[in-house]
Amino acid sequence: MSAPAAVSRRVFLKTSAATAGSLVIGLHFSTLAPSEAALAAPAAEFVPNAFVKVAADGAVSVIIGKAEMGQGVYTSLPMLIAEEMDADWKRVRCEFAPVDPAYNHTAFGIQMTGGSTSVWSSYDQFRKAGAMARAMLVQAAADGWGVAPSTCRTENGFVIHDGSGRRAAYGELAGKAAEGKPPAEVALKDPKDFRLVGKAVRRLDTPAKSSGSATFSIDVNRPGMLVAVMARPPVFGGKAKSFDASAAKAIRGVKDVVEIPRGIAVIADGYWAARRGRDALKIEWDEGPMAGYSTEKQRAEYSALSKTAGAVAHNDGDATAALGRAAKTLEAEYETPYLAHATMEPMNCVADVRADSCEVWAGTQFQTFDRMYAAQAAGLKPEQVKIHSTFLGGGFGRRAVPDCHMVVEAVQVSKAAGAPVKLMWTREDDMRGGYYRPYWFHRVSGGLDDAGNISAWKQTIVGQSFMAGTPFEGMLVKNGVDATSVEGAADMPYQIPNLYVDLHSPKLQVPTLWWRSVGHSHTAFVVESFLDELAHAAGKDPLEVRRALLAKGTRPRGVLELVAEKSGWGSPLPAGRGRGIAVHDSFGSYFAYVAEVSVTPQGELTVHRMVCALDCGPVVNPDTIQAQVEGAVIFGLTAALRGEITLANGRVVQSNFHDYPALRMNECPQKIEVHIVQSTEKQGGIGEPGVPCAAPAVANAIFAVTGKRIRRLPIRAEDLRHA
Amino acid sequence: MLTLTVNGKRSSIDVDPAMPLLWVLREHLGLTGTKYGCGMALCGACTVHIDGEAVRSCVTPVSRAAGKNVTTIEGLSHDLSHPLQRAWIEIDVPQCGYCQSGQLMAAAVLLRENPHPTDADIDDGMAGNICRCGTYPRIRRAIHRAAEMMAEGKSR
Repeated sequence: MSAPAAVSRRVFLKTSAATAGSLVIGLHFSTLAPSEAALAAPAAEFVPNAFVKVAADGAVSVIIGKAEMGQGVYTSLPMLIAEEMDADWKRVRCEFAPVDPAYNHTAFGIQMTGGSTSVWSSYDQFRKAGAMARAMLVQAAADGWGVAPSTCRTENGFVIHDGSGRRAAYGELAGKAAEGKPPAEVALKDPKDFRLVGKAVRRLDTPAKSSGSATFSIDVNRPGMLVAVMARPPVFGGKAKSFDASAAKAIRGVKDVVEIPRGIAVIADGYWAARRGRDALKIEWDEGPMAGYSTEKQRAEYSALSKTAGAVAHNDGDATAALGRAAKTLEAEYETPYLAHATMEPMNCVADVRADSCEVWAGTQFQTFDRMYAAQAAGLKPEQVKIHSTFLGGGFGRRAVPDCHMVVEAVQVSKAAGAPVKLMWTREDDMRGGYYRPYWFHRVSGGLDDAGNISAWKQTIVGQSFMAGTPFEGMLVKNGVDATSVEGAADMPYQIPNLYVDLHSPKLQVPTLWWRSVGHSHTAFVVESFLDELAHAAGKDPLEVRRALLAKGTRPRGVLELVAEKSGWGSPLPAGRGRGIAVHDSFGSYFAYVAEVSVTPQGELTVHRMVCALDCGPVVNPDTIQAQVEGAVIFGLTAALRGEITLANGRVVQSNFHDYPALRMNECPQKIEVHIVQSTEKQGGIGEPGVPCAAPAVANAIFAVTGKRIRRLPIRAEDLRHA
Repeated sequence: MLTLTVNGKRSSIDVDPAMPLLWVLREHLGLTGTKYGCGMALCGACTVHIDGEAVRSCVTPVSRAAGKNVTTIEGLSHDLSHPLQRAWIEIDVPQCGYCQSGQLMAAAVLLRENPHPTDADIDDGMAGNICRCGTYPRIRRAIHRAAEMMAEGKSR
């Protein structure tokens, strides 16, 4: 299986040269052929391509292959089609696509959502799909009126012929347009003529999400459906030696207990019985090689590794020699923990396996793989498997799993039960189930010359590769370097003459995975914090140091200047408050944050204000961008202030929101200000790149106000106490 | 048999009386707007009202709701007409949306008890409900907006 990756755009663009032709920029209409499902439409419906349907009543349905996990594609992608169609936005709705090559990611070649790529990778495709629909509706109207299509115009769901004063609604034209031939080529609007794109448009999914009617996979119910809860090994890499299900089977409602490769499933008539049954299982585990492992052990191992040479990820100049010549040098260890995604909707999946078919309902970011794995687990062909995509109760990367274990478990249990099964993970199962953002350890050294300029930077990164062993390995792991482990450090935007970054990728049984912003979630913290250390060591203003390292007129410099202006950098603050700054680009977008914090002598931290500046290129829905950035700040702060998964005795210590807390409303900054650069530069992503700057901006502000340097996350009160 | 009145409708159900109300609502009555998030009253996704009080249905034995009036998100209004729902739509609060039923049900009790809350009142009153997408700034704005709508409605 060869498959490209859901990784940052930068990594993708860098590595795509090796995967010939997978980056499809010029689209041909062959890729816009209607999908099978679309072709099964009723006759009066006009289905010009896989992405849009016009019903006789004028309703316009936009079909998206992307997952809606909060990031807003359920609205932004329909906006692109409605814009080019001149559709009446009030009549536009959105549907989730079946699995079909028509919905493959235009850059990655599989049906998936990830890497903050949905809008830029669908931008031309969806606009063309809308323009094609419009052209065919205009042709249908013009033919009926006996006029030239070029004399017609469109507005808000109507074709209008000004010369004769005639107008026809899209719905009236649907039947005739359905008989028409698609044009060979269509013109797209000049962006200055956009009526919808670039405006704050209300989300199409808000009403359903405000009435309780939005369907997540956990809400799916099928006739005769049973519910299963599983016991999985308490230590990663362990397995069941033997088990006794008699007490579980005695619980009212428990139907059966089955063993599948990943654990033991209790199948019942509802969640409560399944859960109680699972808790009543008596299991003897073989804990495997991780038994007795701990975070302390891991820290010691990683620290030792960081003192040895790793695989070279970047090498400019001669960092070692430059450090030797430096007027002043600094060395520091930085550490960031395993993190759970902790989506509000715990993992779950519904599967209905029959003799010759398999249906799966899942909130998933990875439909193509899900279908393949479901087929394999069911013993069927992929074309016998139907994946129904639902809303995702949070994704953050957790629902894009290369091994599709969530789906595989449900399919295996349904097959064993001979019935439709909803396999549910408890919150504890979810939090202890792995697939974490890896634990990272960095050793970083920097040198200053006589003028206090940064002359050398050497950074050794230690952490698990989650690409290794997946279909993405061939593409993303080169010469021992997983590009996603070092992104944001090996390719930092700063002009440093001697820059060396290397990587160790120790193998451990703890399953790891991308977590909102992937490698940038740790590299931005380390790079931006250590840069701040060097600035202070040189006696320079942290903003000025960044200015000197980022050329004028570049996008990172642009957001830096904007955040400096909007935050009032350098202006007086109330007593006891400090500011910190961070700038970082990821997923093709450029971000800079300034945090304002105060810290009590006992170490109680308050983040008062976060000022955010960003440049993501042309904007589709500015309100969605604002919401994504507000959310990303809170997501980033939750990790910086609270997030930590640790191991003791081989087991995950944390289990639920009491010991893996999320920031609550009363703990969030009172002010989160978002400033968007009006940009015509290349479009980037928005779902992830708001996360990386949050932690270093706050850590740098803490230093400004306390003189305490934060080198490990989460930030602990004991690291903040000051006189 | 237990008798429950949920959103004004009476039902008789034969279940383990210790079963949390959440699962009766979701699996027996098909009211899936109320969500499972933690099972320990930590996140608020399962918030419903029993006789007008906000409770965490994931830890509330169904027996405690017997003979009482239960209101779920489906009963907050039938047509998105509750001021909170209107404000949620006006301000576009939800992202993934999973926690929002619980947020709305918690906010409804907050506004009933305090029709003119300050930011601090809202922050404290809503601190029991987690949103991993970070929609808090908009929840706060929307509660203020709903308070305005309710005040306008009364002054008419």
